[in-house]
Amino acid sequence: MVIFLAKRFAFMLLTMLAVSILVFLLLQVDVASIATKVLGPYSTEEQRRLWLEANGYMEPAVTRYFDWLGSMLVGDFGESIRFRVPVSEVLWPRLGNTAILGGLVFLIMVPLSLILGVLAGMREGSGLDRAITIGAVITTSVPEFASAVLLAFIFVFWLGWLPGTSGMTEGFDLSQMVLPVMVLVLYGFGYITRMMRASMAEVMQSAYIRTANLKGLPYRRVILKHALRNALIAPFTVIILQINWLLSGVIVVEFFFSYKGFGQLLYEASTNKDIDLILGCSMVAVFVAVGTQTIADIGYTYLNPRIRFT
Amino acid sequence: MTDPAADAVSRRPNRLLGVLKGIALIRESTVGMIGMGLVGFWVVMAILAPVLAPYDQLAQFASATYAKPLTAAPDGGTFWLGADPLGRDILSRILYGAQRVMIYAPLATLCAYAVGIAMGLAAGYKRGWIDDVLSRISDIILSFPILVLYVVIIFRFGASGVNIVLAVTFASGPGIMRIVRGLVLDLRNRDYVAAAQTRGESAWYIMFVEILPNARGPLIVDACLRLGYTIITIGVLGFLGLGLPPPHADWGGMINEARGMALYAPHMTLFPCIAICSLVLGFNLLADGLREISLKD
Amino acid sequence: MVRNAAALANQPPVLEIDDLNISYFTRAGEIPAVIDFSLLVRKGEAVGLVGESGCGKSTVANAIMRYLGNNGRIVGGTVKFKGRDMAALNREELRQLRGSEIAMVYQEPMAALNPSLTMAEQLTEVPLYHEANCTPAEARDRAMEMLALVRLPDPERVMGAYPHQISGGQQQRVVIAMALLSNPSLLLLDEPTTALDVTVEAGIVELIAELSERFGTSMLYISHNLGLIMETCDRVCVMYSGEAHEEGDIRALFENPRHPYTRGLFGCIATPGMDKNARPLTPIRGQLPLPHERPDGCNFGPRCDFFQEETCGHGLIAMQTVNPATGHRARCMRWKEIDWSAHEVAAETREPLSPGEVVLQADEMQKYYPVYDRSIAAMISGRSVRYVKANEVLSFVARKQQTVAIVGESGCGKSTFAKVLMGLETATDGRLVFNNADVSRLPVQRRSPKQLGSLQMVFQNPNDTLNPSMTIGQQIARVIRKFRVESNPDRVHERVMRLLDLVKLPRDFARRRPRQLSGGQKQRIGIARAFAGNPAMVVADEPVSALDVSVQAAVTGLLMDIQREYGTTLLFISHDLGVVRYLADRVVVMYLGQIMEQGATDEVFSPPYHPYTEALLSAVPIADPHVDKKRIILEGQLPSVLNPPSGCPFHTRCHRKVGRVCEEAAPPVVEAAAGHTILCHIPMHELRAVDPVIKTAAE
Repeated sequence: MVIFLAKRFAFMLLTMLAVSILVFLLLQVDVASIATKVLGPYSTEEQRRLWLEANGYMEPAVTRYFDWLGSMLVGDFGESIRFRVPVSEVLWPRLGNTAILGGLVFLIMVPLSLILGVLAGMREGSGLDRAITIGAVITTSVPEFASAVLLAFIFVFWLGWLPGTSGMTEGFDLSQMVLPVMVLVLYGFGYITRMMRASMAEVMQSAYIRTANLKGLPYRRVILKHALRNALIAPFTVIILQINWLLSGVIVVEFFFSYKGFGQLLYEASTNKDIDLILGCSMVAVFVAVGTQTIADIGYTYLNPRIRFT
Repeated sequence: MTDPAADAVSRRPNRLLGVLKGIALIRESTVGMIGMGLVGFWVVMAILAPVLAPYDQLAQFASATYAKPLTAAPDGGTFWLGADPLGRDILSRILYGAQRVMIYAPLATLCAYAVGIAMGLAAGYKRGWIDDVLSRISDIILSFPILVLYVVIIFRFGASGVNIVLAVTFASGPGIMRIVRGLVLDLRNRDYVAAAQTRGESAWYIMFVEILPNARGPLIVDACLRLGYTIITIGVLGFLGLGLPPPHADWGGMINEARGMALYAPHMTLFPCIAICSLVLGFNLLADGLREISLKD
Repeated sequence: MVRNAAALANQPPVLEIDDLNISYFTRAGEIPAVIDFSLLVRKGEAVGLVGESGCGKSTVANAIMRYLGNNGRIVGGTVKFKGRDMAALNREELRQLRGSEIAMVYQEPMAALNPSLTMAEQLTEVPLYHEANCTPAEARDRAMEMLALVRLPDPERVMGAYPHQISGGQQQRVVIAMALLSNPSLLLLDEPTTALDVTVEAGIVELIAELSERFGTSMLYISHNLGLIMETCDRVCVMYSGEAHEEGDIRALFENPRHPYTRGLFGCIATPGMDKNARPLTPIRGQLPLPHERPDGCNFGPRCDFFQEETCGHGLIAMQTVNPATGHRARCMRWKEIDWSAHEVAAETREPLSPGEVVLQADEMQKYYPVYDRSIAAMISGRSVRYVKANEVLSFVARKQQTVAIVGESGCGKSTFAKVLMGLETATDGRLVFNNADVSRLPVQRRSPKQLGSLQMVFQNPNDTLNPSMTIGQQIARVIRKFRVESNPDRVHERVMRLLDLVKLPRDFARRRPRQLSGGQKQRIGIARAFAGNPAMVVADEPVSALDVSVQAAVTGLLMDIQREYGTTLLFISHDLGVVRYLADRVVVMYLGQIMEQGATDEVFSPPYHPYTEALLSAVPIADPHVDKKRIILEGQLPSVLNPPSGCPFHTRCHRKVGRVCEEAAPPVVEAAAGHTILCHIPMHELRAVDPVIKTAAE
């Protein structure tokens, strides 16, 4: 088990390293445009060259990569062009805000979709199953930006129950969280529900459920003890990987509702050609994603005894 | 009189007829029928856009900005779905937008499939180091949060149709590869593949004739889901202002342009939303119906 | 198994099934699965339910448990358990009955056990949920006791194990223990040994018999294997296409079958005394009807030699009593008229073929697979690469027109050998000379079209052997072009038609796709494909084991006919000793990658035997009441090929183990007769003195 963990961990670091090279190369090649962005379109050729030299952009890419990697490891992500402060100063608070949003989404979405999935998969083909399946298909067909528009129309414009933006200008306000969370849950729960349903339905068809039934166990015990544990193995990975999806989803939602989170930061960085900021943001996103993938793998192995002991 | 079986080998079964029969199978599933109806509707709208659209998608009426649905246009026509902040007819823009999405989404998905299938076949059939390398690469790409990846790519290369196609190919190719690889790993152990090997067929023949056609069922279902997803992606990029460049109509872009005014002129965002949702729903339902049918047989 | 029939007849009935009709409701409408079925099981009695795939035997078992799934329903008749109508039970009563009064043992033990619960959890549930005041500690003790009773070594370890951590035979023992924990009155066994190796099967069969005797449990034993039924049951019911076609006491029915189908079945099974030349098998013509295409009148009518339209062709044929004393009944209108004593219908005898020149010579061929162990411990000890010795020094010869069988259980290396021969793998060492060329290290890509065409293979699984997305004609034509037999389209087509004629299929099959064909027909196409290039040698890897018994004989017969016509050498790979004895000229017995014994078929099947051959012969059930068989039950499990035993590979299970020498030294190859060799430490004179396993009583 220790060896397995060490292996997974080493692989995670390797992936992060590979991705960091990829991202760095992808974003750093076109250095001339960065200077233009910083110094403005009316700067002279000479000014740009001097700026680039002063900021170390004329070094070979390898050197710059290691410099960047080294400073990043000690928490220095460079300077944001847009905000005129160190990247870490804007990045961490924004990430915290997104964590609050994501946490709320998971808190609601995961139990909801698991319960619905189990209910649907328990009796495949029943009316409840059909209703849940169709419901899940419909909600997954409504992208976040569309549901944001529709929900804002209903709750803000029509009913007037909720605020239309989530800027939190006057401190944290839970009512401003309702719409962003709703939008993300609505789009995300269908996928997990369908996975859970498929997994549950498959388990219910299996020979060992027949054994459990024909052993004369009460239905409750068949479901809770024999079916659920096996049925949860596959969706577990899916749920953890939803964190990855959430990092995409927040960009749209935060942008729409002007929520000061990580997604909006990334968006602003990209539209403002803020090179250090976008590097920092994407590296954080990748680290979170690769990290969750590792957790998913380890958890999967732990849950599944067939893998655990081989 | 000829023997009825005489030309059995030389005459290939009518492919077109087979495809039509396959499509007719969808009747077995109500859900699939609805999906097909929605998709079909938009395909027709996209093809007939130049005929059906009352106005050119770029025609602006300065006096008719934010016109409500069903109001009269300055030239005597009607804005059935209203006009946008620049006074352009929303109905016409939705129709031309359908055309655009119906070109780029299938194109991008097709490219992603070409790459994914090639990678998946190589990894699943050849195994060994090719599999290791390809699987690692796809793991790395897949570990990127997808929209972050798009933002980074568009940031680097700029927003254009070709770049969107390339970005989708790059981002979803690895996912397709995983599916293809899984299917190939299963199919390569079939006896008919062994039979082909023992008669000395080349790897190409085995991959493309013996294996790939038998993996088509799950791949068609996946392609429908992925098409829907690609449409969403193009929409999201448009919505973020990173998508297909204006001024040509793009559903996501339309929502973005009207976003500020969404609360007091909701029709400008509502109709493109409905369009995009119904098309995505169509593909998702179609995929569901196809899966249902394939499970029955 | 023959017990006192008269004593059993006085026992009270446990299970009474009357006029049971079960249907499945699908898109295509109602499909009857079981029709007009009646059965009585008395206390302590073992009743066999035998039939081919789709005959409804498992549906009967599920109906007894009232577990028919969403679309299955009992549409008529009653099932009574100890006098209570099962249909009248409510959910709770049914639950209490299941698992405590009626228990079940399943075909695939691995699938039947929950993969994520330990054996202890799965076993203790039974008493905990069926007995009101059973404490967990008590339940655990009971489970341990039962594990010891099913003779599992180290019950303590098994209790803590997950299903995948123990072998298939052990899993089945756990399932049996689970079924017996609540001391049920009726035990349903649904093909309990089909997924197991034959020597493991023998152990399970013996265990079931012993336990039912001990607990007085009634049994309903479902199987497709007539031999197994004969060895385990007191009475038998033969099902065909949803109906019981014959039932009665086991001896009465096996000695005097009074239904043409039952009789036909016996004609299809290779029992000792059958011989491919002197007494060939008599196949039943045609194929099993699909459930929605059953004929009017007798379901067996279209395949029956005694069919008469006016008597058999209409309405429901009722069961007729043949002999009330033995409970012998048959669903045949004409059983009285048929002359049952007339010998086999029209079994033509043939001249034996004389073997010609050597076609294939294996000369100390070895195949090792490296297994890379990437754990740190292995790297430190420097043993990161281990070898699976899939084939260890194989030497044998196959001649023109000869049929050579390679026999062995799973993991013995017979399939690996086929792969090396076909060029899908290359040998590690030694030579493999085919048609005067060494092919041991010649991968398939480097073989010439002529070499490829002259060495072809027939595969095991009919559903897998043909590409589902191409027509039959396209697939055969491809082979013909590939082997450069013909290239002109008309000539290719002509050749496809001739090959279809050869395997006795209609020519318009060329336009069909594989899913429109039955299993037997697909296997015929597989044979046609193998013979497309006029092969000198065909490797048949279990070509009939996945087919129904009544179809097997026809496909086997066809294969031999074509072999005779083309003078082909046949390498027949099988685990079924009955079939091997019937059609092989020479037999090679393999165990864990080594040849334990080889020789002419008669020599291998009579003493002197290798102890493994002896055990294997004894393990195979024989559906012939006149055959007397010695019982040898092997202890233990098949060892892993990754870690084979030292010395003689068989010493861990050998019932004739001499002593230390078997564990330490590799056994010598001893020649018992010219061409008959045995790999054993036991002196030849002792092996010669062993009693034959099978004795045929005088008829």
